[in-house]
Amino acid sequence: MSELATSPAIGDENPVSSASAPAEPRPKQLSQWGEIRHRFVQNKLAVVGLFIIAALFLTAAFGEMLAPFDPAAQDLENTLASPNGTHWMGTDALGRDMFSRLIAGTRVAMFVGLASIFFAVLIGVALGAIAGYFAGFADTLVMRIADVFLAFPLMIGAVVIILVTGRGITPVIISLAIFSWATVSRLLRSSILSVREMDYVHAAKALGASGWRIVRTHILPNSMTAVLVYATFNVGTTIVGVAALSFLGAGVPVDVPEWGNMLAAGQGFIGVNDYLWVFPSLFVVVTVLGFAFVGDGLRDALDPKLR
Amino acid sequence: MPRDNISKQDEGGGVTTSEILSVAETGGGSAVPLLEVDNLQVEFKTRDGVAKAVNGVSYSVSAGETLAVLGESGSGKSVTAQAIMGILDSPPGRVSGGEVRFHGKDILKMSDEERRKLRGNKMAMIFQDALSSLNPVYSVGDQLGEMFRVHRGASKKDAKLKAIELMDRVKIPAAKARVGDYPHQFSGGMRQRIMIAMALALEPDLIIADEPTTALDVTVQAQVMDLLAELQREMNMGLILITHDLGVVADVADKIAVMYAGRIVETAPVHEIYKRPSHPYTRGLLDSIPRLDQKGQELYAIKGLPPNLLRIPAGCAFSPRCPKAQDICRTEIPVLHPVTEQDGTELPGRGSACHFWKEQIHG
Amino acid sequence: MGRYVARRLGQMVIVLIGATMVLFACLFVLPGDPVGSIAGSDKARDPAVVAELKARYGLDKSLPEQYVNYVAKVATGDLGEDFVQRREVSDILAPKLQNTAKLALLAIALVTVFGMGVGIIAALYRYSILDMATTFFTTMAVGFPTFVIGMLLMKYFAVELQWFPQLGGDKLEGMVLPAVTLAVTDIAFVARLTRGTMLEVLRADYVKTAVAKGLPRRRVLFKHVLRNSSIPVVTYLGISFGALLGGALITEAIFNWDGVGLALVQAIQQQNNPIVIGVVTYSVAIFVVLSLIVDLLYAALDPRIRLS
Repeated sequence: MSELATSPAIGDENPVSSASAPAEPRPKQLSQWGEIRHRFVQNKLAVVGLFIIAALFLTAAFGEMLAPFDPAAQDLENTLASPNGTHWMGTDALGRDMFSRLIAGTRVAMFVGLASIFFAVLIGVALGAIAGYFAGFADTLVMRIADVFLAFPLMIGAVVIILVTGRGITPVIISLAIFSWATVSRLLRSSILSVREMDYVHAAKALGASGWRIVRTHILPNSMTAVLVYATFNVGTTIVGVAALSFLGAGVPVDVPEWGNMLAAGQGFIGVNDYLWVFPSLFVVVTVLGFAFVGDGLRDALDPKLR
Repeated sequence: MPRDNISKQDEGGGVTTSEILSVAETGGGSAVPLLEVDNLQVEFKTRDGVAKAVNGVSYSVSAGETLAVLGESGSGKSVTAQAIMGILDSPPGRVSGGEVRFHGKDILKMSDEERRKLRGNKMAMIFQDALSSLNPVYSVGDQLGEMFRVHRGASKKDAKLKAIELMDRVKIPAAKARVGDYPHQFSGGMRQRIMIAMALALEPDLIIADEPTTALDVTVQAQVMDLLAELQREMNMGLILITHDLGVVADVADKIAVMYAGRIVETAPVHEIYKRPSHPYTRGLLDSIPRLDQKGQELYAIKGLPPNLLRIPAGCAFSPRCPKAQDICRTEIPVLHPVTEQDGTELPGRGSACHFWKEQIHG
Repeated sequence: MGRYVARRLGQMVIVLIGATMVLFACLFVLPGDPVGSIAGSDKARDPAVVAELKARYGLDKSLPEQYVNYVAKVATGDLGEDFVQRREVSDILAPKLQNTAKLALLAIALVTVFGMGVGIIAALYRYSILDMATTFFTTMAVGFPTFVIGMLLMKYFAVELQWFPQLGGDKLEGMVLPAVTLAVTDIAFVARLTRGTMLEVLRADYVKTAVAKGLPRRRVLFKHVLRNSSIPVVTYLGISFGALLGGALITEAIFNWDGVGLALVQAIQQQNNPIVIGVVTYSVAIFVVLSLIVDLLYAALDPRIRLS
C-alpha cells in the first residue's frame, strides 16, 4: 500500500526541509474537500474499492435486467448443473440459476447491510453526541449502556433477537443495529471529547456562540470523521453478519435468494459441487474487500495523521 | 572515489577544518586530539532523491575541551553527531565518506560490535527531549543500571546501587527513594539530569550533547548546563555541544563551529566570534539574538529558509539568503579559509567559508 | 491501583446486570412463547399442561420476580433445567464449555505465535518481500469471513488432502481445522497491529537512546522495543480470547464441534430458552471478565496508566 512509500523522518533534523519542498504539480489553493479527494484517488486500492461498490449498487438496482433467469424459477429436470453456457454459475439443488440468485442476493445484502449500518449510526450518533457534549451523568449513563451492548458478541446477541422475533429481513436489520450502535457512540464520544478541547471550540465559546450552535457547526462535523470511516468499513462487516446469520439458520427466510442461505445450502456439497459455495463466497469476499478498501482510503484521506 | 573528488575540492584552500581548529587547542600540545572528524559525508536516501545532510565536515575535540556546533535544524549538526556515535537511521542514512578518528583510530572502519562497545562506554550522547528519550515502561534505576549491567556485567543489586550513586551525583534529591520511579514521574529538569547521569555513567572520554537544554524552562536551563560543565571538568571529558542557541555557548564552550547546509561555514575560539564574526551567516545569527541594550528595536531575522538538502543551491549554499552575495557566490563553493588580521597575522583557530571573509571581518 | 481495580470491578458488575436484563427483556417481553416448543404444537396444546410447565419453570411469576430468581440462581452457579432433556443446564453445558475452551486456547496460541511473529519480522525487515507479502495478506484477510475460510479449509485439507477429519472429534487432528479457521483473521489483525506498533516504537527516541547506550541489538529489540510494542497487541489478544471463549457459532457449526456455540445454535432452533440464557450469560460474563483482566494487564505493562 502507499504507506510503504513515505519518506522516513530523520531524528529531529529532516534534511528534506518541508518548507521548501519541491513544488508538487498541484495548486496550493485546494479546498479541504479537494485535498481529501486528491489523497483518496492516490490510493489505488481505494479506487478499486469504489468501483466495486459502484458495481454492487448498480447490480442491486438493476438486478432484474442483469439476471438471465428468474431467481425463484425451479427447473427440477436440471438440478445441480455445473457452470455452463446457459447457467454461468450452475444451478442449485432445485435447479434455480445460481447467477440470477446471486444477483438477487446482492440487492438483499446491500439493502440489509446499509439499513443496519444506517440505524446503528443513527442511534450511535444521537447517544454519542449526548454523552460527549453534556458529559457528567448523561455521559456515564450512555457509556454504561454502551458497555452492556458491547459485552454481547455480535453474532450471539443478534441470534438471540432472531430467536424471539423469528427469521426475516426486518429482524436481521434490527438485531445487527442493536449490537453495533455502541461502538459508534464510543467513537463519536471520544472524538467529541478531544475536539471540545481544541482552540477553535474555545474560541467559539468565548465569542458567545450557543451550545447547540457549537455542537452543530464545530464539534459534529469534526468528530464525524471516525464515524464515517467506521461506517464505511463496517458495511462490509455487516453484510458478512447478514450472511452469517442466514448461514446459521437465523437470518432471512430460507426461500429468499440471499448469499448466506446459498452458502448454507452449498455447505453440504463441499468437494462435490463446489461452485455452490465458491460463487457465493466470491460475492461476499469481493463486497467486504470493496468496502474495506474504501474505508481505509477514506481514513487516510480524511486524516493523514491517523496512519 | 567520490570522496577523493570532494576532499580535493575542500582542501583547495590548503588547510582542513580540523587543522584550523586544532591550532586553537590550549597549550598547543602535539598529542592526538580525542576526536577528529575529517571530511565526513552523510547521505539520506529519500523518495525524491539523495539528500546530502553532511557534506565534508571536519572538526576536532580534545580531552577537557568543549566544542559548540551551531546551526539551524537541517544544518547537519545532529546528523554529524549521530554518525560519530554510529546511531544513524540506516537505511535511509549512510556515511558516504570521510573519517572519524577516536583516540587516533578510524572508528568508521571498526566492526559493529567494536563500535557498540565504544558507545556508552567511551563516548556517550545526551538527547534533547529526556521524556521521549527515556523508555516510559522501565524505572530510571533500571535504565541507569543497564549501563553497568551491559558494559560491566554488574549484578542487578550492584547496578541499582550504582544507579543511586549516579542520581546523587547529578543532584537528584532523595535518589534512594526515587530510583524505582518512572521517567514521567520526574520534572523536566530532573529527567534531563537522569539523561546526563546515564551518559556519564561509565565516565566516557567524549560526550555529545544534542540540544541538551532546549526542551527545558529557561530557569532550569542554566542549572542543567552548569551541572554538565561541572561534571565535564571533573572527568576531563571532551564535549561536543550541539545547539542553535548562541547564548548557551558563550558560557561553556571553548570553540565554535557554525554549520550551514551540511558544511562548516565558520570556526573560531568562542570569545572571538561574538566580537568579529567572519561569515555573514554567523553575523545574521548574532544579530537575531534579542539584546537588552537594544530594547525597542526591531529584531533582526535572516530572510528566507534553510535550503532543501535535495537541492542545495549552486555556489555558496547561503547565497540566496545572504545580503552581501555577489555573482561568484552563486557559482563557486567557498572553501574554509584560515582567517588573518589585516596585516596578515594568523588568527589561531579561525576559519571562514565566505568568499568575502575579509570584508566581513575587517570591513 | 487498588482503587482502580475496585472501580473496574464495580463497572463489571453493572455491565453484567445490564446484560442479563437485556437478555431477559429479549426473551420474555418480546412476543414469543417460551414454553411453546415443549407444550406441543398449537392444536394439541392443553392449557393445563401449559400452566403446569409455566409453573415448573417459574414463568407464571411477574417478570421482575423471574429476573431476581434467575440472578439469584445464576450467582450460585445454578442455571436451571432445560426444556428438551429436562437436565441441569450446567451439566449439559459443562463438557461443551471444555470443548470450546480447548478450541479457543489452540486458536489464541496460533494467533499469538503467528500474528506476532509475522508482524515482528515484517517490521524488522521493512520493505522486504516478506513485509510486502504480510501487507498483502493482512489487507486481503479482512475480506474473508469465517464461513468462507472454514469451507475452504475443509475442501482442501479435509476433503481433498484428507490430512484432517471433516468433522471435529476429540482428538487433536479434529481441532486443527476449526482452530485455524478461527485464527486466520485474527492472525492478520495481530500481524498488522504488531507491525504498526513495532515500526512506531522503532522510531521512538528511547530506542535511539538504547542504541546510543551501546546495548546489543538483541537487548534493544527484546527489552526496549518489544515490551513497548506489545502493549496494544496484548490488549487485542485478550479481547479476542474473550470472544473466542464465548463460543464460535459459525466455526463450531461448520465443523460440528460440540461446543457452546453449536449448543446455542441448536437451542435456538429448538427454542430451548434455558440453554440460550445459560450460554449467553456465560459468553457475556467471560467477555466482561476478560476485558477486566486485559485492562489490569495493560496497567501492569504501562506504568503511565498504573500510576495515574
